[in-house]
Amino acid sequence: METVFLGFVLMLSIFLGFELISKVPATLHTPLMSGANAISGITVVGAITLAGGPMAEWATWLGAAAVFFATVNVVGGYMVTDRMLGMFKTKEKPEVRS
Amino acid sequence: MSVELIGAVYIVSAILFIYGLKLLSSPATAVRGNQLSALGMLVAIVVTLGSREIIDFRWIGGAATLGALVGAIAARRVAMTGMPEMVALFNGSGGIASLLVGWAALDMGSGEDPSTQTAFTIVTILLSILIGGVTFSGSIVAWGKLAETIPSRAITLPGQQIITLLLLIASIGCGIAMVMQPEAWNATLIYVVVALSLLLGVMAVIPIGGADMPVVISLLNSYSGLAACAAGLAINNTILIVAGSLVGAAGIILTNIMCKAMNRSLSHVLFSGFTATKSATKVEGEVKPIVAEDAYLILEAASSVVMVPGYGMAVAQAQHVVRELGELLEKNGAEVSYAIHPVAGRMPGHMNVLLAEANVPYEQLVEMDDINPRIENIDVAIVIGANDVVNPAAREDENSPIYGMPIINVDYARTVFVLKRSMASGFSGVDNPLFFGQNTRMLFGDAKQSLSSIIAAFKE
Repeated sequence: METVFLGFVLMLSIFLGFELISKVPATLHTPLMSGANAISGITVVGAITLAGGPMAEWATWLGAAAVFFATVNVVGGYMVTDRMLGMFKTKEKPEVRS
Repeated sequence: MSVELIGAVYIVSAILFIYGLKLLSSPATAVRGNQLSALGMLVAIVVTLGSREIIDFRWIGGAATLGALVGAIAARRVAMTGMPEMVALFNGSGGIASLLVGWAALDMGSGEDPSTQTAFTIVTILLSILIGGVTFSGSIVAWGKLAETIPSRAITLPGQQIITLLLLIASIGCGIAMVMQPEAWNATLIYVVVALSLLLGVMAVIPIGGADMPVVISLLNSYSGLAACAAGLAINNTILIVAGSLVGAAGIILTNIMCKAMNRSLSHVLFSGFTATKSATKVEGEVKPIVAEDAYLILEAASSVVMVPGYGMAVAQAQHVVRELGELLEKNGAEVSYAIHPVAGRMPGHMNVLLAEANVPYEQLVEMDDINPRIENIDVAIVIGANDVVNPAAREDENSPIYGMPIINVDYARTVFVLKRSMASGFSGVDNPLFFGQNTRMLFGDAKQSLSSIIAAFKE
């Protein structure tokens, strides 16, 4: 049963992913990609459970290494995307002085 | 915290990811979308830390701090021109993380005999290691090609495809062996599978040339998502499955868009380098060089100008002078736009980011399909370091290897300036009849310098 449930979740997310991305204009493909890339760092959640869990020492090591790499991906990915998106500007509107 | 509560919070973070991706579809809301998605990640991490399974925070704390530091410094330091390399590296680190999670998951169930694991778990562990490993080594090779630490051309070994096929069969064999005899897993087989996955990644990317890198980068991005998804299936974690498959699907869609933009199928990109095997019709003719001062005179009289940037603009770091020239032309009364081919540069949308960095408003960026219908009314098209994406052979020469690829039809514009260092051909190694066109003028030299001289002429 569990497997079937996970399968459903998987299918629905894939369709949702297709729907969401096909509407993104070419202008935003690079930030989209690096933003999506940052999301793939979600592995960090799995890594955390493994690194802090009651496991054999080697598994803890592997988990810790996984936490490190996934955090690089998450933090780096989101920050670089934010930096890129900050550059996308519309034409300056006449400045309003307050 | 109970498992149910954690599950409920995971749903919240999934919603944040989905809504964040949705907001990424317009430049006006994209910044907020990215922040929402980051918030979703934070929520997921925090709630996981509160999970009852976690008894020791030392390793997590140390590794996470170090990772955050490395990621933040890299993200701050990278130049916009180096973005493809950066994304490739981040991709790779996501991939290796999934590999490690899969590996560590072998010990799931703490203390229990690993032989109690179901076939489903074993297969998903195997998948997360395989996909994670391919993503990692593939991304490293892609990084090497982009940074030109290894030759960016397609490298083919004798019997390449057979070797790859054998590696695949060996991995599947390992998988079957593991399901049959789970005890054998921990000992040797795991090392074999890790080694196989890394080799497969190298073999998959090494035969692909620099021109196809946008496709490869977005495909690897998709893999990194799928690897996270497989790891989620292995350790039974829904947020990994949802987020991973969202990214996986996103990458596939982008890959598909890139392939369409080159009129090539994915299998063609993956399995045959962009080798100019077909002998394209030799182009002959006379090129007409022009100097910056004369180019200025023509531009001064133009009422509509289109700039077509390519990877050469990135190499010359010319995006700022391009924008400066654009502004001068606008002040002079010309209508200026920037036409961007979907695969110009080394990753999808690379040119958009560079121009955005130089403060070009995104309303002026035009996609290929929007500029082509009105290109005949354009006075001057300025091609800055782009080759293949403006090559009319793609339209006319059936023998050309790039025949059928949609291009920006700059040759239909009244006048074309091609900024180029030499007559060398682009990544595809194909001659470009555009250079010999009646209305084409070649402005030889470094793009940045050429543009600067035109700007200087404008200011006089």
